[in-house]
Amino acid sequence: MKKKSILILCVSLAVCLALLWLLQALLMPKYMANREGALIAEYYGNAGNNDVVFIGDCEVYENFSPITMWEEYGITSIIRGSPQQLIWQSYYLMEETFKYETPKVMVFNVLSMKYDTPESTKEQDQREPYNRMTLDGMRWSVSKWNAIEASMTQEEREGLGMWGYIFPLLRYHDRWSQLEAEDFQYLFRKEQISDNGYLMQTGVKPVMGEFTEAPLVDYTFGENSYYYLDKMVELCKSHGTQLVLIKAPSLSPIWWDEWDEQMENYAQEHDLVYINLLDSQEQIGIDWTTDTYDAGLHLNVYGAEKLSSYFGKILTEKCGVADRRGDPQLSAIWAEKVKIYHARKEEMEAQS
Amino acid sequence: MQITSFGFLLFAALLLAVYYLIPKRAQWALLLAASYCFYLWAGIEYLGFILLTTLSTYAATMAMAARQEKQEKFLAENKATISREERKAYKASVKRANRVYLIICLVLNFGILAVCKALLIEPFKTAASAGTFSFLSLGLPLGISFYMFQSMGYAVDVYRQTVKPERNPFKLALFVSFFPQLIQGPISKFGQLAPQLYSPKKFDGKQLSFGLQRMLWGYFKKLVIADRIAAAVFALRGPEYTGVAFFVLTVFYAIQIYGDFTGGIDIAVGLAQALGIKLPENFIRPYFSKNIAEYWRRWHISLGEWMKDYIFYPISVSQPMLKLSKAARKRMGNFGKRLPVYVASVATWLVTGIWHGLTPNFIVWGMLNCFFIVLSEECSGLYEKFHGRFHLKEKKWYGGFEILRMFILMNLIRIVDLFPRVGDYFARMGSLFTTFNFRILWDGTMLQLGLSALDYIILAGGIVLIFTVSLIQEKKGSVRELLWQKNPVLRYALIFALLVIVLLMGSYGFGYDASGFIYNAF
Repeated sequence: MKKKSILILCVSLAVCLALLWLLQALLMPKYMANREGALIAEYYGNAGNNDVVFIGDCEVYENFSPITMWEEYGITSIIRGSPQQLIWQSYYLMEETFKYETPKVMVFNVLSMKYDTPESTKEQDQREPYNRMTLDGMRWSVSKWNAIEASMTQEEREGLGMWGYIFPLLRYHDRWSQLEAEDFQYLFRKEQISDNGYLMQTGVKPVMGEFTEAPLVDYTFGENSYYYLDKMVELCKSHGTQLVLIKAPSLSPIWWDEWDEQMENYAQEHDLVYINLLDSQEQIGIDWTTDTYDAGLHLNVYGAEKLSSYFGKILTEKCGVADRRGDPQLSAIWAEKVKIYHARKEEMEAQS
Repeated sequence: MQITSFGFLLFAALLLAVYYLIPKRAQWALLLAASYCFYLWAGIEYLGFILLTTLSTYAATMAMAARQEKQEKFLAENKATISREERKAYKASVKRANRVYLIICLVLNFGILAVCKALLIEPFKTAASAGTFSFLSLGLPLGISFYMFQSMGYAVDVYRQTVKPERNPFKLALFVSFFPQLIQGPISKFGQLAPQLYSPKKFDGKQLSFGLQRMLWGYFKKLVIADRIAAAVFALRGPEYTGVAFFVLTVFYAIQIYGDFTGGIDIAVGLAQALGIKLPENFIRPYFSKNIAEYWRRWHISLGEWMKDYIFYPISVSQPMLKLSKAARKRMGNFGKRLPVYVASVATWLVTGIWHGLTPNFIVWGMLNCFFIVLSEECSGLYEKFHGRFHLKEKKWYGGFEILRMFILMNLIRIVDLFPRVGDYFARMGSLFTTFNFRILWDGTMLQLGLSALDYIILAGGIVLIFTVSLIQEKKGSVRELLWQKNPVLRYALIFALLVIVLLMGSYGFGYDASGFIYNAF
């Protein structure tokens, strides 16, 4: 009798846990329509053989096309980008990347230097959802734990804290009233929405005028930002990887000259390559009437292909990244990626 | 550490696991360590308060015990030689000396409590925050009203010799600080709680299961009901909400405080039960009461018992009161007979009001309760005549009417909690008779209070569930016992369903304000 009771208890517990897991899977956002949140998780299926890894915010995952770089230079690259990715998140993503592969070049977009703490981002109410878009997709590791610790806002700490990340069900518990068809459709399997981390946009919305922003009181980047940048330098050095700092050619938010100067100086001090691509718009050939889908904030696929073509040359000539098109195994893998990329482009062009 | 936090759940789970694994003789020590960990979590700055109460209670009770022992020894040794009068005089002298110890202990502790509470009100609050009282500008130490009343009750019991004093200071420290009841009670009596705290506990699967089920039920009341409706209660306090809106506020606040307070008590009692300790019940479905006296026998029972034992009775049987009773009986007849009881009631309700806070609204709250209790007592003869004539008590609907009447009356009294300026309360009460804005119930106002239509549906469902469970408890007893008799699969399915409801519909996490317990502030 006792044995039977214990058996019933154990089976009931197992069923409950399975149901809770299922519930969690259902309630977590799938990011199939709002695609930006799905990018980080897609890395793991494409990791292992990349000579170049781009890390940063939307200015990398919407402006660089790894497929173009493969097609034109035979460069194997991938983007670990996520919306409003903060520098500590970039650092821990970088740290995690080295567990999967050791690229020759790590490219970091420096726009996030302007955010010194989780509280210093502009849209505070958006901070937590952005954190989730970067952190939920990471596989569990010490890097993920540290990334969460570094990223949590005060409100998050006072609320669920780390528990909300360990058991996402607690965070998304009230999504049951907002469930959509995609939550059921992609319950167990998601679609690949990026091309090696590149989030394609085919729309066109020209730049309408000059961007203006109020001047800042203090242009000095914060200590915390420099702390993580220093750590990136150390990390890449310890793995024999070249760290390249870039500023993508997005027109907004404004990249102030004072910021640019600080990055120039930092790169010089640490013997790094720093490229402000805003200075090379002409050479890249960006036409702001046709190459942006959101009036200058990000490039569309036509602009991204131009930029990738330009930057691929830099990677080849300045950083010595090899042409891997001669490798039959890699060629086969990338041929499939190229096929998907062009099919996606055609489909999106047909829709827009 | 909030008891609705996941840190607390982990803390409780770890404690339960270790509690049943370690040697039984060490269980009480583990509880003491856990209680102090819990207390320290609230802030190390509060540690001094609970230590002071513990040490002063220990010192006073030990001093009283030493005198009492000396007295027993002396009387035993001199049994044959001293007269009855000498014996009486000696006992009286010991009692006088012990009374001094007791008074010092009471004045010290209640003095601290009074100062802490005074610092929550103006002008002391401003002075404290400006640094004038910087050493005390810490806010109300966690659970101070509860552990202090519990400790002082114990000191009085030792003085009265109704309990034997605890000689082990660490064991006494556990009685004072036992963490499940630290936040909002119940206020336990030493004779009832202490033996359970110190005795070894065998693992009992049924008790553990029952305790966890009760905790889950508490979380349901707190997170799904109380914290959800809190936004509307807050909004309705605005000066623009008068008349019908004020009446709605009284009902919403009744729901909030019930879910909040009874939910918190369910969590505390449930956790204690899982540890093999039975805490006293603090609520017995109070909203089913048919008169105010019954209501106060069902609501916050442990505070009521404390007030009765340590305020009401001592005043009732004090010398001045006996003299008053005698004189009043001569001059006022039957009313004079009841007068001392009413005087004691006024004193008791005054203290009860002050216990809740030093702002005038709590004094008014206490006096209103007292007024209706006295009125009800004075009108009892009339009621009897009325019911003798119309026989309404035999009709089923009349019972429902009495319950509804009492629910509305208590709501109207209780709502004064929310209005520190008593004038605002009376103005709103007045608006009930002058503003008949029933349209707010359907013109969309109700959806501008921080609650969506879905929130109202969840609340309605939750209230129906609580009402159903309460009805079953009222008619058939413990729901957990009834479930225990059922097929285990059905039992687990129901518990799991409740867990899912709490998980999915609870007001917690991102986008929700983490709210503490209302009684935590008292």
